[in-house]
Amino acid sequence: MILNLARKELKSMFASPMGWVILSILIFAFATYFINAVTQYYGMMAGSVKSNGRIGVTLFIGQSVFGLASFVMLFAVPLLSMRLIAEERRTQTLTFLFSAPISLTEIVLGKFLGLFAFLMIIIAVITAMLCTLSNWTELDFGFIFSNVLGLCLLIASFSALGLYFSSITAQPVIAGLLSFIALFTLLALDQFLAADSSNQLSQILRQLSLMHHFEPLSKGIIDSTDIAFFLLFTGIFLIFTLRRLDAERLRA
Amino acid sequence: MINNFTVEATELTRLYGGREAVSNVSFSLSKGQVLGFLGPNGAGKSTTMKMLTGNLAPSNGSVKICGIDMMENPKEAKALIGYLPEMRPLYKELTVDEYLTIAARLHRVSAGNIKKAVEITKERCGLAHMSKRLIENLSNGYQQRVGIAQAIIHNPMVVILDEPTVGLDPIQIRDIRALIREVGAERSVIISTHILPEVEVVCDHVQIIDKGKLVFNGAIDVLKKQRIGNKLLISMSNPPSADSLLKIAGVTEVEVLATGQMRVRFAEDVTPAEAIVQAAVHNNWGLHQISPDQTSLEEVFMQLTYQDAALTAA
Repeated sequence: MILNLARKELKSMFASPMGWVILSILIFAFATYFINAVTQYYGMMAGSVKSNGRIGVTLFIGQSVFGLASFVMLFAVPLLSMRLIAEERRTQTLTFLFSAPISLTEIVLGKFLGLFAFLMIIIAVITAMLCTLSNWTELDFGFIFSNVLGLCLLIASFSALGLYFSSITAQPVIAGLLSFIALFTLLALDQFLAADSSNQLSQILRQLSLMHHFEPLSKGIIDSTDIAFFLLFTGIFLIFTLRRLDAERLRA
Repeated sequence: MINNFTVEATELTRLYGGREAVSNVSFSLSKGQVLGFLGPNGAGKSTTMKMLTGNLAPSNGSVKICGIDMMENPKEAKALIGYLPEMRPLYKELTVDEYLTIAARLHRVSAGNIKKAVEITKERCGLAHMSKRLIENLSNGYQQRVGIAQAIIHNPMVVILDEPTVGLDPIQIRDIRALIREVGAERSVIISTHILPEVEVVCDHVQIIDKGKLVFNGAIDVLKKQRIGNKLLISMSNPPSADSLLKIAGVTEVEVLATGQMRVRFAEDVTPAEAIVQAAVHNNWGLHQISPDQTSLEEVFMQLTYQDAALTAA
């Protein structure tokens, strides 16, 4: 049933131009970055005479493409997630789901998976682009894996947060704005507090920053703390969404 | 299952911030019955329907669908219901086929039967030639048919339709009423409406709800009887005095109306119409119209819903 709902979400996304436009723009952006990185690599490495200034091709191109991905998702996810529940509430189609023999948990998970599957298309394309390089050179697949894992966890967290903000309002635009602001704050929290390391409070707040946990993964370091953080973050926002929808049935 | 009730509502109450939108509504429905839900705007019809379909949790009371409690086993109970809310829940960016397929899938129609279910339902609702059209581009009437189609696609035991004929043209209304009767023959149907003649045409049970309370609950025949009453309306070109009419057996009261017509009340179990006609011919009263004087359904409705208001005013 969860998969059926996810399928329905995907169908809705591809039924409007929105899904196709976002998908094509994102893939175009990533492809451009990828091509640029490939052409720049030889120039840059030829320029650095000392051997310790040279870095591997996977690291160079990977950092460029995956670095862009985490930034771009900050805009893409709110755009896609804002409609999930808010739009259904506005057009009164939520009743359709509530009257069907599906539990609220299934509705929330189905919607989350639908969005996640859509974003996975982009990640799959990026990964495929990088892997094509293995025709000509040796790639560091460990590095790619860690980055893909990090990105998956990051967009799962983004999606869960976006879904929650979509569930608290009937206006998709408001939901989109709120989730963008929240995501931006959570990503940048790190930057504001980085300098002050003696302060206890800032140390705790730093731990909440999504970037703080994403950075090790993007360097190729897989730490179970970071993975647990992302999974908890995703789970908490999914539960918030569930509670919000349940309250609607009880109180509205 | 001990009894054959498809829907059992017991003491349903719903509070909105301390105000009772629906209070103490109890009723039951058996297989093969069509129940009409009547009431003025804001009476609590939609709220009651939302509680029956599990869209709203009742503050008090319970709902059982074919013996399954809506609160305890919502999934099983919901699987037996088809619901069309007042605002049609249509995904307008999808085509009719796509939408109905999703509806069938979410209502647990088995994978192998989905195609067949979609075809049959389209046929029943007269949508067969609209399969590939986007719902957005359909006219209001056709969108309503899609709404009804999604409510009956899984062949539910109970079909609940909130104002199904609003905004349709007369021919579509006739089609949809026929469809409701057809579904009602083997299943249970609850429809809400404020079009009174519709209730007489489609329903065999009626409930009138006003300010959240049930003011009438019974078979349509009871309502009809209340409507027809023991009255005759007579027009004569050469009317006699009221006294001469009162002499006819069974006539209890004669009232001369402003239009020159006469309203004659008679006792139960007698039909004085024949005697009146004979007397009229005999005495040359010039009778040109005699008909049962029906109180319109609207009047009955007004009487029932405003009874309380009149009582408190007096």
